Amino acid sequence: MKSATFGGLKYLTLVVASLVTLLPLVTIVMASFKTSSEFQNTGPFELPQSFDFENYVTAFTQGRMLQGFFNTGIILLVSITGTVIIGAMTAYAIDRFEFRFRRVVVGAFLFAVLVPAVTTQVATFQIVNNLGLYNTRWAAIVLFMGTDIVSIYIFLQFIRAIPKDLDEAAKLEGAGAFRIFWQIIFPLLKPAIATVVIIKGFAAYNEFYIPFLYMPSRDLGVISTSLFRFTGPFGAHWEVIAAGVMIVIIPTLVIFLVMQRFIYSGFTQGATK
Amino acid sequence: MSLFSTSVRANAVRPSSAKGPLRDRFFKGSTPWLFLAVPLLLLATFTLLPVINMMWYSFTEWNGISKDKEWLGLGNYLEFFTRPELFRVFLVSLYYFFASFIQMGLALYFATILSFNTRFKNLFKGIIFFPYLINGVAIGFTFLYFFRPGGTLDASLAALGLEQFQQQWLGNPDIINVSLAGTSVWRYMGLNFVLFLGAIQSVNPSLYEASSLDGAGKWQQFRYIILPSIRPIVGLSVILAISGSLAVFEIPYVMTGGANGSMTFVIQTINMAFKSHKFGLASAMAVILLLIVIVVTALQRKLVPDEKVDLT
Repeated sequence: MKSATFGGLKYLTLVVASLVTLLPLVTIVMASFKTSSEFQNTGPFELPQSFDFENYVTAFTQGRMLQGFFNTGIILLVSITGTVIIGAMTAYAIDRFEFRFRRVVVGAFLFAVLVPAVTTQVATFQIVNNLGLYNTRWAAIVLFMGTDIVSIYIFLQFIRAIPKDLDEAAKLEGAGAFRIFWQIIFPLLKPAIATVVIIKGFAAYNEFYIPFLYMPSRDLGVISTSLFRFTGPFGAHWEVIAAGVMIVIIPTLVIFLVMQRFIYSGFTQGATK
Repeated sequence: MSLFSTSVRANAVRPSSAKGPLRDRFFKGSTPWLFLAVPLLLLATFTLLPVINMMWYSFTEWNGISKDKEWLGLGNYLEFFTRPELFRVFLVSLYYFFASFIQMGLALYFATILSFNTRFKNLFKGIIFFPYLINGVAIGFTFLYFFRPGGTLDASLAALGLEQFQQQWLGNPDIINVSLAGTSVWRYMGLNFVLFLGAIQSVNPSLYEASSLDGAGKWQQFRYIILPSIRPIVGLSVILAISGSLAVFEIPYVMTGGANGSMTFVIQTINMAFKSHKFGLASAMAVILLLIVIVVTALQRKLVPDEKVDLT
């Protein structure tokens, strides 16, 4: 009896939580299918008259979303490739070699974890500007690669688990450090690479501030900044903004549904470092 | 066996490379640096150098463009602490700080109940976690629509017969930070939840069986099995809540731009630099935030010693 009421309460709270989570999104979906006049004259919970994708077309073309996906795609691809290689190399050097100033190097990376990236932009901006990277995709690529410490942690954990006998055996076969890294260590890091790709992939897709600050040119809009710019031209047209929001969310939802298991374990590993 | 043979071979090889040791040692000495060159260059250029520059700027008056900076000493720091309208951002971060405890409480509750047998477990888990993955600008717009007059929230209140509670959720300075902090809970609770759930599920299930054979109820299982097992991750989350509530940026920036009393520390710093062109004062504020984060993290290392955090 007691456990039955507990069970009922449990499902009640779960349903309420699901409603609270989904309601803001469901009303956005409904708004995205309404015509302009329909939106003016109906409440958020009234179903749209028809499901035509006119607002989506408007958002996609006039909101320059295609360009946003293109720029986000390039930045994501290059910066993730770079992050994986850089993170794996750093972890390899730190874990497999004894060298002078090793502690200093480790300390420098540790310190970088503490620095909240949003605030240092005050000074980072000058450096990016002086390097001539302002208003280029390289600004975002280089900042995503250069300020990522979490991936180094993840690679370090995995590299430690790879037995050192493997390196030793290869060394005796005459393999140099670079061959050992590329042919033995790197392929064994696949689970770590998957974790890093997942975490960095979502981070790069969702990143708003860096492209907003460093890539103001309209031709360099990424997903986030393209959507952010909807406030100007579509200020009064919530139905188009809602379609833009959905265009940004749908890829995330699809990836989540397809890769749920990897995503949960990826974020669990990434956050607990 | 294989270990033994390896060492024999190693011994056999060493004498043959007679003129090798010096070159060997050079090779050994420089190899790690070849791997570290690019990572260290990036680290120095985009994290360490900015921090050093930022400290230097913080003692000067500088518009970000002109060649000369005027030395002010501690002037910028004094200005920050003596201008109440600047100092006010700490009050705003208190909203997010308290909200993050509600967030952790909810996450802990849902992680606990979903760690027991539950129907549609994966569905609920997915729904609770998914907001964490959504683009911040998309969340900002979704909640602008949610809070706007006649938007989702007002319509929900009307549907429940609670019209008297309808109000300017983002227009009223007394409410705005509650609305924004609530949005933040909606966005981030899923991560806490999944982390807690992971920690709870790493508990050996036989402990639950054994304890229920001994007559332990659900509450006792929570108190004596679940809570101790997630103590480290809860500790970490509390620390992150402190630095996180000072570093709040995206949601208020997208939704209100810091208007109506929703200005946060980071928005103010960014505006001070890129809108008011006071890079000195902005840098001083950024340094203050950095120092707070470092102190809080150092405290965490002291209070919650966690071998996993150790890089060496």
